[in-house]
Amino acid sequence: MNLEFSPEEIAFRDEVRTFIESNYPEHLRETGLREDLGRDDMLAWHKILGKKGWSTPAWPTEYGGTGWSPTQRYIWSEENARVNAIMPLPFGVSMVAPVIYSFGNEEQKAQHLPGIQSGEVWWCQGYSEPGAGSDLASLKTTAVRDGDHYVINGQKTWTTLAQYADWGFFLCRTDPDAAKPQEGISFILVDMNTPGIEVRPIKLIDGGYEVNETWLTDVRVPVENLVGEENKGWTYAKFLLAHERSGIAGVARSKRGVENLRDIAKSETLDGQPLMTDLDFARKVSQLEIDLAALEITELRTLAGEQAGRGPGPESSILKVKGTEIQQRLTELTLEAVGHYGTPYYSNIADAGSNEYPVGPDYAQHAASLYFNMRKTSIYGGSNEIQRNIITKMILGL
Amino acid sequence: MDFNFTEEQGMVRDSLARMVREQYDFDTRRTVVESDAGWRPEVWAQLAELGLFGMPFSEADGGFGGGPVDSLVVMEEFGKGLVVEPYVPTVVCAGGFLKHAGTDAQKADHLASIIDGSRVFAFAYAEPKGRYDLADLETTAKRDGDSYVLNGHKAVVIGAPWASHLIVTARTSGDRRDASGVSVFVVAKDADGVVARDYPTYDGRRASEVYFENVSIPADALIGEEGNGLPLVERVVAEAIAAQCAEACGAMKVAHEMTVEYSRQRKQFGVAIGSFQVLQHRMVDMFMEYEQSVSMTYLATLRLDDDDRQRQLASSSAKVRVGQAAHHIGQEAIQIHGGMGMTDELAIGHYFRRLTLFDSEFGNVDHHMKRHVALSAG
Ligand SMILES: Cc1cc2nc3c(=O)[nH]c(=O)nc-3n(C[C@H](O)[C@H](O)[C@H](O)COP(=O)(O)OP(=O)(O)OC[C@H]3O[C@@H](n4cnc5c(N)ncnc54)[C@H](O)[C@@H]3O)c2cc1C
Ligand SMILES: Cc1cc2nc3c(=O)[nH]c(=O)nc-3n(C[C@H](O)[C@H](O)[C@H](O)COP(=O)(O)OP(=O)(O)OC[C@H]3O[C@@H](n4cnc5c(N)ncnc54)[C@H](O)[C@@H]3O)c2cc1C
Repeated sequence: MNLEFSPEEIAFRDEVRTFIESNYPEHLRETGLREDLGRDDMLAWHKILGKKGWSTPAWPTEYGGTGWSPTQRYIWSEENARVNAIMPLPFGVSMVAPVIYSFGNEEQKAQHLPGIQSGEVWWCQGYSEPGAGSDLASLKTTAVRDGDHYVINGQKTWTTLAQYADWGFFLCRTDPDAAKPQEGISFILVDMNTPGIEVRPIKLIDGGYEVNETWLTDVRVPVENLVGEENKGWTYAKFLLAHERSGIAGVARSKRGVENLRDIAKSETLDGQPLMTDLDFARKVSQLEIDLAALEITELRTLAGEQAGRGPGPESSILKVKGTEIQQRLTELTLEAVGHYGTPYYSNIADAGSNEYPVGPDYAQHAASLYFNMRKTSIYGGSNEIQRNIITKMILGL
Repeated sequence: MDFNFTEEQGMVRDSLARMVREQYDFDTRRTVVESDAGWRPEVWAQLAELGLFGMPFSEADGGFGGGPVDSLVVMEEFGKGLVVEPYVPTVVCAGGFLKHAGTDAQKADHLASIIDGSRVFAFAYAEPKGRYDLADLETTAKRDGDSYVLNGHKAVVIGAPWASHLIVTARTSGDRRDASGVSVFVVAKDADGVVARDYPTYDGRRASEVYFENVSIPADALIGEEGNGLPLVERVVAEAIAAQCAEACGAMKVAHEMTVEYSRQRKQFGVAIGSFQVLQHRMVDMFMEYEQSVSMTYLATLRLDDDDRQRQLASSSAKVRVGQAAHHIGQEAIQIHGGMGMTDELAIGHYFRRLTLFDSEFGNVDHHMKRHVALSAG
């Protein structure tokens, strides 16, 4: 066993660092934690990486993956986190693409993978419905075969950033009479510009608009957009969720967040001394870092397992639960660190179109909204209760 | 021992509860807090008419001879409805300073207009660098003949956009953070040299950054003794803490009830999610946290007239316990509501935001834990 990087890995790290230094868009530096970015900002880095061939490191090389080892991928995310880079969104790159290259046909691969890799095409995930959240298999949206089309009707909700989406992957019920609810579901790719789709924004508690209600009324989708077999969608959905979870630990991002927290706590004062020298506060930051180190090594062990051919299994639930708890605690501590200046409602000021407001230090401005926003992480991607149920069943065997 | 409210307090509570129910339903509140004004002066006038603002003051001062328990009753109901009207800054804080240390002339001028609802106050105590230390002041007031000249910057002054007057802490002597040298003044907000930048807060209130640039204030604007204001400030802050703990209790009660109710209604896997034991136990924990918070709020309120040490111990204990509970209950409420808890549409998120920001007002959990440690050692 060995934790040190080899000389080759260090050379790789330097190459990556230099590339990021000279190519990451100047105007987006240090903005990776802000929620008020538009489509172009969010895609800028993705497009640069697409040209370089680095936007989809984890894909198999035959489809455009880099062939990097887990350690190299880990270095890659670390280096991006150093500048708070806005990484390619998961919906295309790490969710639908693996389903397409694992279960899709050749036409689908040829049609969709290049756009995902280049960052030209924006994807959204149409799984959840008002009545089907944790119990996803109870979903009601129907797709009825009519000649060479499916006609889709129903309502999806929580569709993240669907306001920018070109395509969506939807779970629809194709066999209402199946013996088990899981057995009558299909995985369908939908062009978001098809008539009959309406996307309505939902305002969240941080003041931002990142999710939507998606209404589908007689949406006609060519049957070629079915992925894999009809009524086998649940299998692909579960496969995808395991991929979704492994990205969710967010170790590199949290490490950057802890550094940021330490910087804030050096600027803030308590009894005339830097807050960071206060033992009570310092202890909480250390606890966070210790937990983060444990998560990091656990993730590396999981990655190493993957390299040895064991796909992400129920262990990814550990990464999801611990990773999100750490992200939430980090934002909570950051809010605590900024003291009184967590109180002003900056998002509202941003709504009004002004991007500069002279209240408190810059670093305080997103502390509260980020804390409020990060409560989502223990709810989505399979809530942390559901993850614990998975561990109960799949690992403890209860 | 007696934990009962008087008949009068019960009546006040009932009429206040009715008023909050009728005029402060969630949609109305939201429309109001998002309006330009951000509050309703007519509601303030109605509260004054109910006699609410006179309750905690003695009859000699023009009040009804009540005390902190009356503020507890009021604030608990305010917490339930997420009322934004500035009762704490005006009645508890400004009223407290005047009650404890105001001269007859100051009382006749200000206290009477607090009681009849015609004046609104904000308490400008926090500074950008002072964190929660009440003596850590860079704002100065220099004696100049029979006036003082005030200079400084006060941070996140709650209710200031609505206020006609400010209570301001400033240093008249000594170094930053000295216990002595702190003085308290009442300043008209329209005085020359007072500049306020107003903004909304995450919990639906309004606040300002307030700058004083060579503001000349008459010597009789001083409340209490020059240079010996810290004990007075601490006493009033203890009263504000007790009132705000009561508010948090009201908000926690509603947040908990909403969560239990939601868990009864929301079905997943063919059953109400409230039937999952893992959620049941967490709602039981929320409930226990709430009950402990009520107890600590009583303690902090009932110890307000004790000696300094007892009062401070009780107030820090309450702020720690209630602060932890407010975080816990807020977070659990959102989690158990699932995606719906994340939406601005539902009231629960607004309770969560208020319960979050409760912590940083008048000292957070860490600050009061330290104070408790120091007081217990001493
Ligand atoms: C910000 C955000 C973004 C999202 N993005 C997307 C997206 O892009 N696409 C998409 O399809 N979906 C998305 N979702 C939806 C997300 O996956 C669901 O919110 C999640 O599955 C939970 O479902 P629910 O909200 O209906 O909560 P519910 O299922 O109603 O759960 C409510 C509470 O009950 C608990 N609970 C439920 N069942 C059990 C059980 N059996 N045992 C113990 N506890 C239980 C839950 O853990 C939760 O605490 C997003 C959600 C959010 C908040
Ligand atoms: C020091 C000691 C002194 C005692 N003194 C006395 C005495 O004086 N007289 C007397 O009659 N008995 C006494 N007891 C016995 C005591 O009452 C039992 O131990 C107790 O009722 C638990 O029963 P059990 O040990 O069979 O555990 P179990 O009932 O087998 O419980 C095992 C675990 O499962 C949990 N569990 C069980 N049911 C549920 C449920 N429905 N939901 C969630 N969790 C559940 C329990 O909380 C526990 O964690 C004593 C026990 C101890 C340890």
